Amino acid sequence: MLQDKDRIFTNLYGLQDYRLEAAKKRGAWNGTREMIEMGPEWIIQQVKDSGLRGRGGAGFPTGLKWSFMPKEVRDRPHYLVVNADESEPGTCKDREIMRHDPHLFIEGCLIASFAMKAHACYIYIRGEYIFEREQLQRAIDEAYEAKLIGKDNIHGWPFDLYLAHGAGAYICGEETALLESLEGKKGQPRLKPPFPAGAGLYGCPTTVNNVESIAVAPTILRRGAGWFKSFGRDNNAGTKLFCISGHVNKPCNVEEEMSIPLKTLLERHCGGVRGGWDNLKAVIPGGSSVRCLPKDICDDVLMDFDALREHKSGLGTAAVIVMDKSTDMVRAIARIAYFYKHESCGQCTPCREGTGWMWRVLTRMAEGDAEMWEIDKLLDVAGQIEGHTICALGDAAAWPIQGLIQHFRHEIEEKITNYRTGKPHVQVAAAE
Amino acid sequence: MSDTRTIKVNGKEIDVDPALTLLQACEVAGEEIPRFCYHERLSVAGNCRMCLIEVAGGPPKPVASCAQNVKDLRPGPDGAPPELFTNTPMVKKAREGVMEFLLINHPLDCPICDQGGECDLQDQAVAYGRDDSRFAENKRAVEEKYMGPLIKTIMTRCIQCTRCVRFATEIAGVDDLGLVNRGENAEITTYLEKAVESELTGNLIDVCPVGALTSKPYAFTARPWELRKTETIDVMDAVGSNIRVDSRGREVMRILPRLHADVNEEWIADKSRFIWDGLKNQRLDRPYVRVDGKLKPASWEEAFKAAADKINATDPSKVAALAGDLVSVEAIKGLKDLMGLIGTPHTDCRQDGAHIGVNADGSRAERSSYLFNSTIAGLEEADAILIVGANPRWEAPLVNARIRKKWLNDLSVDVAVIGEALDLTYDYTHLGAGPDSLDNLGDFADTLKNAERPAIIVGMGVLTRADAPALLAKLAKLAGDTGVVTDGWNGYNVLHTAASRVGALDLGFLPGEGGKSTAEILAGAESGEIEVVYNLGADELDAAKLKNAFVIYQGHHGDAGAHAADVIFPAAAYTEQNGMYVNLEGRVQMANRAYFPFGDAREDWAILRAFSERLGKVLPYDDLFALRQAVIADAPVLAGIDAAVEPTSVDLSKLGSDGSVDSAPFLSPVADYFQTNPIARASKTMAECSATVVKKPLLAAE
Repeated sequence: MLQDKDRIFTNLYGLQDYRLEAAKKRGAWNGTREMIEMGPEWIIQQVKDSGLRGRGGAGFPTGLKWSFMPKEVRDRPHYLVVNADESEPGTCKDREIMRHDPHLFIEGCLIASFAMKAHACYIYIRGEYIFEREQLQRAIDEAYEAKLIGKDNIHGWPFDLYLAHGAGAYICGEETALLESLEGKKGQPRLKPPFPAGAGLYGCPTTVNNVESIAVAPTILRRGAGWFKSFGRDNNAGTKLFCISGHVNKPCNVEEEMSIPLKTLLERHCGGVRGGWDNLKAVIPGGSSVRCLPKDICDDVLMDFDALREHKSGLGTAAVIVMDKSTDMVRAIARIAYFYKHESCGQCTPCREGTGWMWRVLTRMAEGDAEMWEIDKLLDVAGQIEGHTICALGDAAAWPIQGLIQHFRHEIEEKITNYRTGKPHVQVAAAE
Repeated sequence: MSDTRTIKVNGKEIDVDPALTLLQACEVAGEEIPRFCYHERLSVAGNCRMCLIEVAGGPPKPVASCAQNVKDLRPGPDGAPPELFTNTPMVKKAREGVMEFLLINHPLDCPICDQGGECDLQDQAVAYGRDDSRFAENKRAVEEKYMGPLIKTIMTRCIQCTRCVRFATEIAGVDDLGLVNRGENAEITTYLEKAVESELTGNLIDVCPVGALTSKPYAFTARPWELRKTETIDVMDAVGSNIRVDSRGREVMRILPRLHADVNEEWIADKSRFIWDGLKNQRLDRPYVRVDGKLKPASWEEAFKAAADKINATDPSKVAALAGDLVSVEAIKGLKDLMGLIGTPHTDCRQDGAHIGVNADGSRAERSSYLFNSTIAGLEEADAILIVGANPRWEAPLVNARIRKKWLNDLSVDVAVIGEALDLTYDYTHLGAGPDSLDNLGDFADTLKNAERPAIIVGMGVLTRADAPALLAKLAKLAGDTGVVTDGWNGYNVLHTAASRVGALDLGFLPGEGGKSTAEILAGAESGEIEVVYNLGADELDAAKLKNAFVIYQGHHGDAGAHAADVIFPAAAYTEQNGMYVNLEGRVQMANRAYFPFGDAREDWAILRAFSERLGKVLPYDDLFALRQAVIADAPVLAGIDAAVEPTSVDLSKLGSDGSVDSAPFLSPVADYFQTNPIARASKTMAECSATVVKKPLLAAE
């Protein structure tokens, strides 16, 4: 169990003041200048050594990502963009950071920007996060006032931090769509290559990071890469914020070690599954876009990137959605399919056309009004979307459905069978 | 081209330019890649996903071949060339999947769809699609959008490839089209249900790969496979766009562009495309003779006799001839020779009174003094462009599109305008409205001077003014000072508006020794000095001035010229006869007959040849071939069909003459883009366009 002394986000629950003075007492802005004096290469190396993997969902090593930026600033400025468009259903970790520990985050922005030789950083915050925006803006203003950031700050790295407000589109959490939106265009993902590190915001070298990845960086530097690496399994290092929702007795956000067993996580922090562990039906371990896991896998699965990957699921944003036996899995996944249908940007064909198709088929299946062969059709259609789109939203729409069919095919079959039983042998739909 | 890179496509090794996309590289290797959103002349969107191929060694998912460059390919193990595959099961499955998605919400109205038979979706569904449908849900329906009088929309058919949006914003330079909403509710729209205000809107129909955007005037009139296709040349402006006329019987059903990279690329302007209903209305299909003040139908013999009797009874010095804007080189040559046989020097092809083709001393000007010397494609090499007294957007939309293309691709190019401050679809410095600005270019003088390849575009708004010689002298001095004409570069460009003009100037259809110009002929006709005027399709002049003279009008439409006529010889329009046209660059192109002329109308040269016989002054050619030989003997430069125009030098000292300059602002001769010639004025479609686009003061105010 993660001990209190090893927590990075010591004010996760907002029990203390979020403001600068209190944040400083908790350790924020401590030794920032010294860290900056060590130089960008040192910072990047530390982050690399810490084994920090991106906390936004894909789990790409953060230090490596930072090192993709051009070594020297040439004709175009560098930018850091922080993705605070936290829209993945079930996820609410960045929200708590911005509400209660904004100074850790702002310090991280400065350090990451310095490491990538960026003098400006944009935070793109989700449209619905109005209180968080106000809170974060107050903290930014405080930092400016205290000359912690700004043109001539006490850290010696001229740095401006801007908070940009989204309009509430899930797709704007995709890094290139976010850049488009930030530039004032319609939020539609760009083609890659070129990757943002080559041509990102306004065509300049840009790195896009998740809030949590940025916010943990200063503490990693303060306490050392080795400290961070000591948590979790190899290649899945560090502590992580987990957001547990659904059918547990006490849904919560909690910072824990990586690779904690799922069962331990739920029982220790959430008071266990509603009705006991045996009442568990399924868990979506990483936000709505990953494949769900049935109980037998949940019994002993570890919560990290690689363990979940082995079960064809993923850690994603570590938003654990717990479903007990009262859940109608088909309806649950149909609702998720509706979400992706609603949030598809409409740019590329498979996602635009496929998400709606899948949702409609699933909605029928939730009633049982389908043919048996349509289950395979649905799986095939999901496969036609996965990997065929510009961005990962297509994959995100396909995975929950693939997980459903992989683990709960029998439930769909049961529904279809029940729907037919006792009904006259005529097409009901035609008579309606 | 830089160094090439070796890649393998389906196991076949080829060397390609690393800047090519994978799609282009596959085509080099001879593999066809299906596509919808990709278009050579538009930016890459990569959204249809039809061009998915397999790249060996990458992640196990297909790659959109239109959106990746060869240079971004990772080499195989041990530096082996990267491998692409277009025929693997993965690619086949990917294409079938995308095609299925495209079709699930596409209506099954192919039998009544105007795109039928030439629909990318239809063709590719046959080649790359599944054999059945698994979609049991309801199909989506999308409301139609209003896009103006030329474009019919059936938006349910749209596959959201966004080619139209990219064409409108990139090539046409208007922001009228866009994709709104998201997901399956995404729709192409004009936002406010307004017409797309561009002269290139017809091309939206061509770029649309499905039947979502179709031609409104052509709607439901024909199936493409029943049309006879004739490749010919457009005469609506002096650009000489390459077109294809699709006809059924004696009816033009539609006009489409042909590819000519140096002239029109693959676009044509709306007037060129939608003019065709004008070819059916107001036609002169039989000869007329004025009897007792009224035009009466007559036979060819009667008409010829009436005209011949009058000419034979008139002193040759009182006979004059004018040539219009739409006639071919052969017709002008026939008229020129006929006037030569009659013995009159009063001939002119410049019905707008442009001061061009003749030097100050009365001698014939060299060819490069009246050509668009940089050539249209050459504008892409210019690095500073000064437009004087022209509205290229209306006078030559495709020249304007070229300037926009250059401006869009090259941030360093500077454009400036002296004349009307109109929306030309690109940013420019407005130096002033009138000639005074020629003396005071401000910073732009340095820009021109420092430019390596500066270009000056002189419009008819300059050349048709009374003070044109003095203005030309000023422009020549400016051109000389700024290095517009150097070795290997000639940026002195005249922007013609009449399709026949350059050919006529090449033949020297100009006042001979002691001859009168257009204005003098008109004045002479009023005063009685000129008694007979042979008017070959000149309708853009003040025909009322001809009422005292005996006018022989040879043309195809009952327009201004015909109203003033005493004898009418009905002639063929440009789609109805073979002929040569010389475009503003001096490029000779062949127009071909798509169908036979209406009624008793005949080809221009044949009428002149027949009339010369009745006149007793027989023209020495019996067929078109002999006539063309005579044309080439007269102007050897016309021998090279479609010859690229060499950058010839122009003697600036001979341009214009000193004189006083009127400070009135320059005005473009094209006041209404859609009504510039008799065919356009006979077209209902053009009238409708004029009403929706031109009559609103919006465009002028912009």
